[in-house]
Amino acid sequence: MAVATKKPSVLSKSALAKVDQIIARHKDQPGPLLPVLHALQAEFKYLPEEALVRVAIGLDIPLSKIYGVASFYTLFNLRPKAEHVIRACESAPCHVRGAKEVIEALENALGVKVGEDTRDGRFTLELSSCIGVCGVAPAIMIDDEVFGNLTPDMVPGILARFN
Amino acid sequence: MEFYRSHVLVCAGTNCSLKGNRAVREALVQEVARRKLDREVKVVETGCFGLCEQGPTIVIYPEGVLYCQTTVADIPEIVETHLLKGRLVQRLLYKEPVATKPVQTAPELDYFKRQVRVVLRNCGLINPEVVEEYLAQGGYQALGKALTTMSPDEVIATIKNAKLRGRGGAGFPTGLKWEFARKAAGSRKYIVGNADEGEPGTFKDRLILEGDPHSVLEGMAIAGYAVGADYGYIYIRGEYTLSIKRLKLAIEQARKLGLLGRDIFGSGFDFDVEIRTGAGAYVCGEETALFESLEGGRGEPRVKPPYPTDAGLFGQPTSINNVETLANVAPIISRGADWFRSLGTERTPGTKVFTLTGDIVNEGLIEVPMGITLREVIYDIGGGTKDGKTFKMAQTGGTSGGCLPQELLDVPMDYDNLAAAGSALGSGALLIMDDTHCIVDVAKCFARFFEHESCGKCVPCREGTMRLYQLVDKITRGEADEGTIPLITALAEMMYKSPLCPLGQTAPLPIMSTLKYFRDEYDAHINEKRCPTGTCKAIAARVQVAD
Repeated sequence: MAVATKKPSVLSKSALAKVDQIIARHKDQPGPLLPVLHALQAEFKYLPEEALVRVAIGLDIPLSKIYGVASFYTLFNLRPKAEHVIRACESAPCHVRGAKEVIEALENALGVKVGEDTRDGRFTLELSSCIGVCGVAPAIMIDDEVFGNLTPDMVPGILARFN
Repeated sequence: MEFYRSHVLVCAGTNCSLKGNRAVREALVQEVARRKLDREVKVVETGCFGLCEQGPTIVIYPEGVLYCQTTVADIPEIVETHLLKGRLVQRLLYKEPVATKPVQTAPELDYFKRQVRVVLRNCGLINPEVVEEYLAQGGYQALGKALTTMSPDEVIATIKNAKLRGRGGAGFPTGLKWEFARKAAGSRKYIVGNADEGEPGTFKDRLILEGDPHSVLEGMAIAGYAVGADYGYIYIRGEYTLSIKRLKLAIEQARKLGLLGRDIFGSGFDFDVEIRTGAGAYVCGEETALFESLEGGRGEPRVKPPYPTDAGLFGQPTSINNVETLANVAPIISRGADWFRSLGTERTPGTKVFTLTGDIVNEGLIEVPMGITLREVIYDIGGGTKDGKTFKMAQTGGTSGGCLPQELLDVPMDYDNLAAAGSALGSGALLIMDDTHCIVDVAKCFARFFEHESCGKCVPCREGTMRLYQLVDKITRGEADEGTIPLITALAEMMYKSPLCPLGQTAPLPIMSTLKYFRDEYDAHINEKRCPTGTCKAIAARVQVAD
């Protein structure tokens, strides 16, 4: 299974216990897989392969199907990302208000291209489809926080808040 | 209940929170306490007021005075001048783009004058986290009326009679959908609230759920009674953290008051609601893809028929309704079908919530009667284009809708008229663009969106969206020739007919509409290798190399 090219670190005993708790909590509700994956993602910030193996056994769902589901949705990560994930919107309403320039400013400030992590492991820069705050376009999300009405010169100040 | 002489409403919607509303509210609470006014003046957090461009907004009742673009530094002056001395803080009043005199209260604003608020009746007026405020506005009375004085068939007849059509974009008659689900055979039936609002430019459902979550729950419970469903799911985007929080709280409050749960209003009717969060996939807004996702799979659409009302969620009869549709239900039950039909147009009564985005003065959320023209929305309510630039086009219905030029500004906004104009009403997104934007560059942006969001299940969409993007991209690079547009046209013809779901079927529509109305700009790129607005850098670079 090509969940990750490099083998993820082995989860601790307490982490595995957490995984089992999450499975137990959702096991009996109809359609438990997405709620379980959401809970795992919240716990580990990505979906570790070992955890998914336990989910497969615990929910009696083939691991191949779980991989198919986990890789389908953009909010689920199959590899650890940097400490902060920046999701920049480039849908039409943001595009029209100058998202391109904002994304270029992000790339320049971070020294990475879209889709890459900074070398110090602090930021991942991703493109995102609409994040639903088009009234304040162009907008980006850093982790759970939204920043709107952006101009390129605001980028360094926003990034500084995460240092 | 305590009595206050003034209520100060501070918008706590996401758009205002991006502009520092929390600090403004905290400063207000502190300043009011410091001036020892806290027994006379109450600071209330409300949902979105709609005028996002002017946020953070503060409304002070009973006068109804509106202050715009407030900052922490303005608070001492507002408290001292307005709340203590009873005078207006002139400099914070809203100024119309053309008028000379500042406007005191919200209803006087051009922005609000043309609006009719049914769905947004409580948004910006009540604290969405306090159920008593919803009750005080007549909340849950419609549910009580339905459960205790009407039969399920009467509820369906009322909704049918009101001619309520689905506000998610398809415009299917809601009453008919409920009737199909009611008549279908199944061991259990479901109501699904579709809050997977992924259409770029649309954020109405988020602001409805942030501003008035109980209105959606009430609509779902009435739908459940009509259909014969005892359980409902709200499938909401994972990105909508504030909506999820308020919805969770609202469900708990409703359960505590017996407005959800067993034997509601002693009628013997049971209904409960559960929230499920999406995980970032545009296609899940399509009803059958949403069911797949909710059941724990990849969000890939199913082949229809069977339709959801026969075999939907978990294979059972399901009525899936958009958030805005559900928020319309309680007012129709309370005030009757005739009242609802008195709003809007003959074929599409009622109102529509639109989100204004792009190069427009008043970006934000509005609710207007169906049938209002695009021109009225853009100029009378939206305040026209930003910075006095020239209007180029408006895209209605979000990224899957068409682009309309100046000549079509007088088209009435409803499902049928916009479809006839080669566009769509869709979810109510309105994107305004001025003439600094290159039409081909914008078309490329649309094409990339669909290429990224195609779920990959059916070939015409998976391959078609990719080829469409490549062809438009070629034009922006100056690599297209006379065969490119015929190829795009042939591909579009195929895609209108063959994909499984509306994602693929509508993907070519925005591009074809730009071709229809702005063909000369395409020709400049293809024949003269020139981008008239200078946006397409690759074409310029190519021409330089050739020279």
